[in-house]
Amino acid sequence: MEFKSFLIKYAEIGTKGKNRYVFEDILCSNIRHVLRPIDGRFSVRKEYGRIFVDCHEEYDYDELVEALQRVFGIVGICPVLVVPDQPWDSLSKVIVDFVDECYEDKNFTFKSHCRRINKNYPMHSNDVNMECGAVLLTAFPELRVDVHHPDVMIHIELREQIYIYSVTIPGPGGLPVGTNGTAMLLLSGGIDSPVAGYMISKRGVHLEAVYFDAPPHTSLQAKQKVIDLAKQVAKYSGAITLHIVHFTEIQEEIYHRCPEDEITIIMRRYMMRIAQKLAAMDHCQALITGESIGQVASQTIYSLQVTNAVCTYPVFRPCIGMDKQEIVSVAEKIKTYETSILPYEDCCTVFVAKHPVTKPKLEDIEQSETLLADVIDAMVDRAIETREVMKVR
Amino acid sequence: MEVYFDNAATTQVPPEVRAIVDQVMDMDYGNPSSLHAKGAIASKYVNDARETIARTLKCEPKEILFTSGGTESNNMALIGGAYANERRGKHIITTRIEHASVYNPLLYLEKQGFEITFLPVDQNGVVDLDALRQALRPDTILVSVMMVNNEIGTVEPIEEIGAIIKRFNHEILFHVDAIQAYGKLKISVNRSKIDLLSVSGHKIHGPKGVGFLYIRDKVKISPLIYGGGQQRDLRSGTENVPGIAGLAKAAQLMYDDYSTKNNALKKVKEAFLEQVTRLEGVFSHSGEAPHIVSISFQGIARAETLLHALEAKGVYCSSGSACSSNHPAISGTLKAIGLEEEFLHATLRFSFSVYSTLEEVDYAVRVIAEEYPKLRGFVKR
Repeated sequence: MEFKSFLIKYAEIGTKGKNRYVFEDILCSNIRHVLRPIDGRFSVRKEYGRIFVDCHEEYDYDELVEALQRVFGIVGICPVLVVPDQPWDSLSKVIVDFVDECYEDKNFTFKSHCRRINKNYPMHSNDVNMECGAVLLTAFPELRVDVHHPDVMIHIELREQIYIYSVTIPGPGGLPVGTNGTAMLLLSGGIDSPVAGYMISKRGVHLEAVYFDAPPHTSLQAKQKVIDLAKQVAKYSGAITLHIVHFTEIQEEIYHRCPEDEITIIMRRYMMRIAQKLAAMDHCQALITGESIGQVASQTIYSLQVTNAVCTYPVFRPCIGMDKQEIVSVAEKIKTYETSILPYEDCCTVFVAKHPVTKPKLEDIEQSETLLADVIDAMVDRAIETREVMKVR
Repeated sequence: MEVYFDNAATTQVPPEVRAIVDQVMDMDYGNPSSLHAKGAIASKYVNDARETIARTLKCEPKEILFTSGGTESNNMALIGGAYANERRGKHIITTRIEHASVYNPLLYLEKQGFEITFLPVDQNGVVDLDALRQALRPDTILVSVMMVNNEIGTVEPIEEIGAIIKRFNHEILFHVDAIQAYGKLKISVNRSKIDLLSVSGHKIHGPKGVGFLYIRDKVKISPLIYGGGQQRDLRSGTENVPGIAGLAKAAQLMYDDYSTKNNALKKVKEAFLEQVTRLEGVFSHSGEAPHIVSISFQGIARAETLLHALEAKGVYCSSGSACSSNHPAISGTLKAIGLEEEFLHATLRFSFSVYSTLEEVDYAVRVIAEEYPKLRGFVKR
């Protein structure tokens, strides 16, 4: 069956009280945004706690569903048949045709579920359900009714028009992006940080991102890889403002002046400091990292404490309790994994000690950082000033 | 200033070549198989290209088969050659320093039941001829040796190898990967007793996506691609006429006034080598090819870092070879010549073309002299 409309179901928004219309409007606008690059002409409308996508031209069903499945806030996508208000005699024929066209094999159990929003409809919803069962069983003898665990639930919604649907395709869930402020993602070319961005964005948070580039220790390909990752995350989160910070000078200075086993942790503290300054400049409310406890030396709980000590903003670490394989599963689902495992290093191995500290002490690290005191502030300012900013979509 | 010293990876296309490609795309776009005049004109480009190229190898035009490039030529020679001759035996000989487009088809053949012998090379990358003599067997059907090594520029003794093979058994096919040699060395397929020879267009200032395989008359190879029967049923598919026309023009330019151009190229190479090895900590282990030098930098942890530092000043070069540096595996050739461990990751390849100048050499060496010491400090502590 060629569907001309899709009913969009959303869950949590319904609980947001007086702000509900704000969430709905943002969801509608986000849906319009993902449909823009898709072949066909679509419109999005809001009606009594429902959002509908109407298709006005030929379109590719799979392409449309795939796009809608990337919009946070949607929990279900129902391809729906919309017909004008009409008496039961003709409506029953429409329902029989609908089932016939949608299900080639009729060997299944079903239940009819009617909602009568149009209180002027001459039949009550229970009567519609019973009549519906009767006409379907007559038309297709192999069908059986099961009111407790039906294989197929046939929904009939009586409104100004009549809506018939039986399939609900799961959406990504979450909240519409733009309903929960903005956060600055520390994005690398690895597997974890794009996943972290995706997970926070899913809670309605708009993303900005910062990448620390260190030419010539890192290559143009490594930078392109990060841009490609941001692009992929942006398919879910909407456009991302990406800051590319030139970190070479700071990295080299840390390498030259600080104890070898502390290089990474000090470097991370400066990355956090810079990310936080950018967050403040761009009115973000939080930072996001892909850290996971114990994954590497700089992510032991002790290292996290030392890194976190430079932050006054909340730092969201959605991967914190996940195993690598769990993170990889999400990365595969959101299609960042293939890009993440490309072999361009985004942090030269030279700057990784053979035996980095795993239990750094804050006082020691702060002490080591005083070795940079005469130059580091100017370098941080310079890194922020000379950053490259691009809109990734 | 931009200095492109990565001509063993690919080369720029000069206006003469671009003009003929454009002419074919714009006006003479017919299908060589069509019966009308447009087809005949296109067909003439292909035939003329065969003649032009045949002259450069001193062979017959019909012995030239156009392909999509060096990789296809190598695949066709090895896989096509092996399958067409497997009734005589299943033994193939090659060297340890071949390009992946030779190495991987041979690994495929190994899985199909062929036996491959890999010959060792000396510290200059030259194939061990005694090992070759010992490796030859009654069931040997094919020997494949590259003419110029793509990573260090060694020139292999192709003529001697051809003589050794054919003296042992004239039926053994001799394949030469000449992708880095064609246009830079004079090649005589008859004198070197070569049966199959691979060439790529874009290494000689031609377009990408085109190359050829020389196949000696009467030598049998099986096709890899089936279809409409173009090119004597050996390689179906409408001929890439613009590419082929451009390839022939590029080949002609390489061999017109060959000795003047080649001397200029050698001068550039010598000047670069002479200047760069004067720097402290810099060593060359380059072969005799006129366009490739391989340089190691003491105290560099990763050659790629230096590569990017040079790139930032407009000097383009390669780490190992562009083809192998996409994956983190260490260069096969550098290992095979027994390069010390500390240099395996500290080696860059600079490769020149007839368009390279002595001013570019001066600039590149100046940039290296500036950038190398800065990075020398960053070793793994």
